[in-house]
Amino acid sequence: MSLVTATIKRDLLLAARNPGEWLNPLMFFLMVAALFPLAVDPDPKFLSKIAGGVIWVAALLATLLSLDALYKADVEDGSLEQWLASGESLYGMALGKALVHWCISGLPLTIMSPVLGLMLSLPADAYAALLLSLLVGTPVLSLLGAVGAALTAGVRSGGLLLSLLILPLYIPVLIFSASAVYHAGIGMDYNGQIGFLGALLALAACLTPFAAAAALKLNLSR
Amino acid sequence: MPASTGPTTIDLEARQLCCERDDRVLFEGLDLRLQDGDLLQLAGPNGAGKTTLLRLLAGLNRDYDGELLWHGQPLYDDYSAYAALRLYQGHLAAVKKALTPLENLRWLVSNWPVEDDDLWQALDEVELGGYEETPCQQLSAGQQRRVALARLCIAPAPLWILDEPFTALDKKGVSWLEKRMQQHVEQGGAVIITSHHALENIASLRQLELGSVRA
Repeated sequence: MSLVTATIKRDLLLAARNPGEWLNPLMFFLMVAALFPLAVDPDPKFLSKIAGGVIWVAALLATLLSLDALYKADVEDGSLEQWLASGESLYGMALGKALVHWCISGLPLTIMSPVLGLMLSLPADAYAALLLSLLVGTPVLSLLGAVGAALTAGVRSGGLLLSLLILPLYIPVLIFSASAVYHAGIGMDYNGQIGFLGALLALAACLTPFAAAAALKLNLSR
Repeated sequence: MPASTGPTTIDLEARQLCCERDDRVLFEGLDLRLQDGDLLQLAGPNGAGKTTLLRLLAGLNRDYDGELLWHGQPLYDDYSAYAALRLYQGHLAAVKKALTPLENLRWLVSNWPVEDDDLWQALDEVELGGYEETPCQQLSAGQQRRVALARLCIAPAPLWILDEPFTALDKKGVSWLEKRMQQHVEQGGAVIITSHHALENIASLRQLELGSVRA
């Protein structure tokens, strides 16, 4: 068994042992979205217009919450040092970590999103677009976020710094995905937006592991 | 240095190694060579650069002047081949508290082909028999340390680089580790170790005193 598959297995096992780590951001996701009807306007007509955007902003914030822990524990307990010592490519490792992160954050968010759609009276036509945009868009969030997590892993309270670094990079994903959901809701074609998200995903999957690997090396060469 | 006949598995050499931290020279002009059957203890006061040298030799830190050679070739020419032959244990144990010793050990040896039966046997040897499936957070610091050290029983790496491996071990653990290192060296392996512990029982011990070479 290679170190990468072993690490993916170990991290999934760790997530199963500490369910709070990934369940709490999910609860946060639910709550943020629930605040909008309370604070702004509970009128279904108004909500249906903003539902896609609200769900996506909530998904972004929930993802950020879970990112902080991605590499921190591994740096602190020496696991990262062992990776580097193993001589295996850090690229594969960084890709594996991002994949695990998506499995415990993006995937459950995607699965839970229809519930939020109901809460925010999302138009019936928009559900497919919402699920599709989350399915393609959330892996990009995990991949980009992993770079920030790798950079801030050695910083004591890196959570806020991580958000400041990564949120601007999330903007393109947010624009295309929220627009896909909105356009689906008013009965228009949304293939273009999903196509852009797919392109972003391909680009992120190829390039961000390099950046994350370089950041991790920097963290360890002290 | 014993003259060796035929090729050796281990041949690690440092030539004129020099390392600076924050404008302070830790060591310079350092020469050392390590071959099969060698045991090298790095000694010196705190802050003398023992861990730094160890990390350089392990290939974890590339911030140095001079040459590091593995079989006469620069260490980083074929880093993964080197990495497969050396085992590095830093002072962090890399043990996850939510996982059991068995699961931790499985991950720790995952870049070598190791059977599951061997894991049980290794844990037995470090006296964690019966604790194989207890989460590590319920184990003592010394026991967690033993989980990491159980690798020494099964990983097929001839070169061990150990940073303060005696930390948190009890008397029995210390004598076990000494014996294990001696065995390893007798079987043709090599060990580089930093420790304040006196390793009197091991015959082929060499010591390198850091902190005496000053700029």
